[in-house]
Amino acid sequence: MTDIGFVRSDFVEPRPAPSPTSGPMVWMKKNLFATPLDSVLTVLGLAFLAWIIPPLWGFFFGNAVGPGGTVEECRMENAGACWAYIAAEMEFFIYGFYPATEFWRPNIVFGLGALLLIPLLIPKVPFKRTNAVLILLVYPVLSYILLAGGMFGLRPVPTEMWGGLLVTLILSVVGITLSFPLGIILALGRQSQLPIIKTVCVMFIELIRAVPLITILFMASVMLPLFMPQGMTVDKFLRALVGVTLFTSAYVAEVVRGGLQAIPRGQYEAAAALGLGYWKRMWFIILPQALKHVIPGIVNNFIALFKDTSLVYIVGMRDLLEAVKTKNDAAIEWQSANTATTGYIFAAMVFWVFCFGMSRYSIYMENRLNTGYKR
Amino acid sequence: MTTLDTGRDAAPRASFFNDPVIRGIIYQVVVAALLLGFILWIIGNTAANLAAQNKTTGFDFLWRTAGFDISFSLLPWSRASYYWEAFLVGLLNTLLVAVVGIFFATILGFTIGIARLSTNFIVSSLATVYIEVIRNIPLLLQLFFWYFAVLKAMPAVRNSFELPFDSFINQRGIMIPKPIPDEQFGFVWIGLALAILGVIALRYWARKRLEQTGKRFPVFVTSVAILIGVTSLVFWISGASVDFEVPVLERFNFRGGLQLPPEFVALAFGLTIYTAAFIAETVRGGIQAVSHGQTEAAESLGLKDNDRLRLVIVPQALRVIIPPLTSQYLNLTKNSSLGAAIGYPELVNVFSGTSLNQTGRAIECIAITMLVYLTFSLLTSAIMNWYNARVKLVER
Repeated sequence: MTDIGFVRSDFVEPRPAPSPTSGPMVWMKKNLFATPLDSVLTVLGLAFLAWIIPPLWGFFFGNAVGPGGTVEECRMENAGACWAYIAAEMEFFIYGFYPATEFWRPNIVFGLGALLLIPLLIPKVPFKRTNAVLILLVYPVLSYILLAGGMFGLRPVPTEMWGGLLVTLILSVVGITLSFPLGIILALGRQSQLPIIKTVCVMFIELIRAVPLITILFMASVMLPLFMPQGMTVDKFLRALVGVTLFTSAYVAEVVRGGLQAIPRGQYEAAAALGLGYWKRMWFIILPQALKHVIPGIVNNFIALFKDTSLVYIVGMRDLLEAVKTKNDAAIEWQSANTATTGYIFAAMVFWVFCFGMSRYSIYMENRLNTGYKR
Repeated sequence: MTTLDTGRDAAPRASFFNDPVIRGIIYQVVVAALLLGFILWIIGNTAANLAAQNKTTGFDFLWRTAGFDISFSLLPWSRASYYWEAFLVGLLNTLLVAVVGIFFATILGFTIGIARLSTNFIVSSLATVYIEVIRNIPLLLQLFFWYFAVLKAMPAVRNSFELPFDSFINQRGIMIPKPIPDEQFGFVWIGLALAILGVIALRYWARKRLEQTGKRFPVFVTSVAILIGVTSLVFWISGASVDFEVPVLERFNFRGGLQLPPEFVALAFGLTIYTAAFIAETVRGGIQAVSHGQTEAAESLGLKDNDRLRLVIVPQALRVIIPPLTSQYLNLTKNSSLGAAIGYPELVNVFSGTSLNQTGRAIECIAITMLVYLTFSLLTSAIMNWYNARVKLVER
């Protein structure tokens, strides 16, 4: 036994294990029950979910009448969504009054569109330039010939007979392709040093942005015929297209202007110092940087355009929403308590899938192009 | 040939056409000429078309009797009313639904925007689902849904659903009790006005005292106490009372009370739900735009939670939130024109729809309608420019 220093004669008591920093319990503690208020909110939220999910599940799946069901089932007490109605009227919702024997023509257009668009959207697929030329120049001509007919022995189908999803998609695709370059030109015009060009662009943009789309469509439908020379009629489809395109281009112009203003002055000066002309300066130096900045804004405008196509009933076009509404009001053989609700929910789901897809793709693109500003 | 010119300007001039100034002038002359030609062409066509259809132009129709019914009007309206009165009715209906929509959309939007930033998983998920669902469905479709699928599917008048506070909902809209203040109630308004003045004075005084002595005063609690206290005191002393006229079911319809037509309910509801999703995103963006360093700096200054929010975070977030928020308000006002599709008699419906069809004055009606929206827009942007100039960061 020595009494120098200190020698431990017994073991140290094991300390309790550290509280876990991962795992479901920790996650719940952190994200659901962090504070008393949080716990209350969680309970309230769960109660809300418990209250809303069973009836929704019952409506959409449990008590719903699936495709192939009969109207009697839809009319029963407690019946949910009447998907049978959607399935039975699907052709009208997609093609409108397009003659049934000619459905192969829009089908080719849909298929070809998907075939050209998907490789264009996936960054890894090569031949982007060829692809873009095909989809921007060849595809529209081909689609028009196929859909309208009257050439190469195809039966002519007037635009009044087009309808449903077909019209919604054509309007938005053409509207997006035309309003984008138009918006860029307007934005450049607004930034221009030339007073007359600047004034014209500013007035156009501000006027269009100030009024609701519905008044522009009203104008296209009642005033455009007055503006044209006598005897010349403007196709309803074209009226809708002009209205929607002009409307969106003004909004795109404002977004692009934001991008142009965010480019440091040095870039403009450096481009000029290289001796490039105006269009080369814009095309090679300014626009690539400016557009990269404003992708989310532009895509938001395109989503808005896609949603706004539902307004073209004003000029008498039968787009997806109007086709659904027509059937809801007129399909007496499908009359039941939930017919209209199911129809609108179907239309909402179609619109939602397209808009949500666009917004996700824009987020993906934004991250991909976000190269220069990450540190 | 360049020669050694010792004159003033020795810069070798390229060809005349490459001079940017001259080019600019040429471009502009060409654009102006094309535009002018286009406008003249349109005017010529319009004049020819109008002449061919034997139509007259001018705004004299505004002083003719309209002769149609308007289902919902804040002003007295009869078939003998003039077209300018129809214009006013439409304008007021637009403003009414816009104000109601803005009020509720702001409350709902701020709530959901803050909920989306919550650390609570369930709360933020619910908010995200709401925003992503509502934003990606066209407003018109939502209006159709509320109007045709929900309100039109309500029970008939005889079997109305009863809501709390003697309210009813049925196919013909919502019926709520109508408050009828008696004569003494004027004093309550006066009392309320005095209380508000008192609160303003109190705030001023408390701020002065804080700056001079550094002593704090519980302004908020006192203000609420003054507002409620003074108003109820006046209410009690003056013996004022408020009667409620309850809607009563008679043989075919409800009588009395405040009856909101289904078109109004559907439009106000749809606009609120739709715009709230956009406002929520604006609010979220604004709050996220205030960097975390600001919170930490405020904490290290020793500010309390409450003061940190009120003095540091909220003012900076508001600077980011308010401009897009205003444009959402403007959008809501413009979107109220979709009421035309479900038969709510707002400006576009009454003026660009019914009046235009009855008079055939397409250009005049649409021009007036557009002018109204243009005025809203210009007013808003004027206010925004003033606000932006006021809150702009002063940098050295």
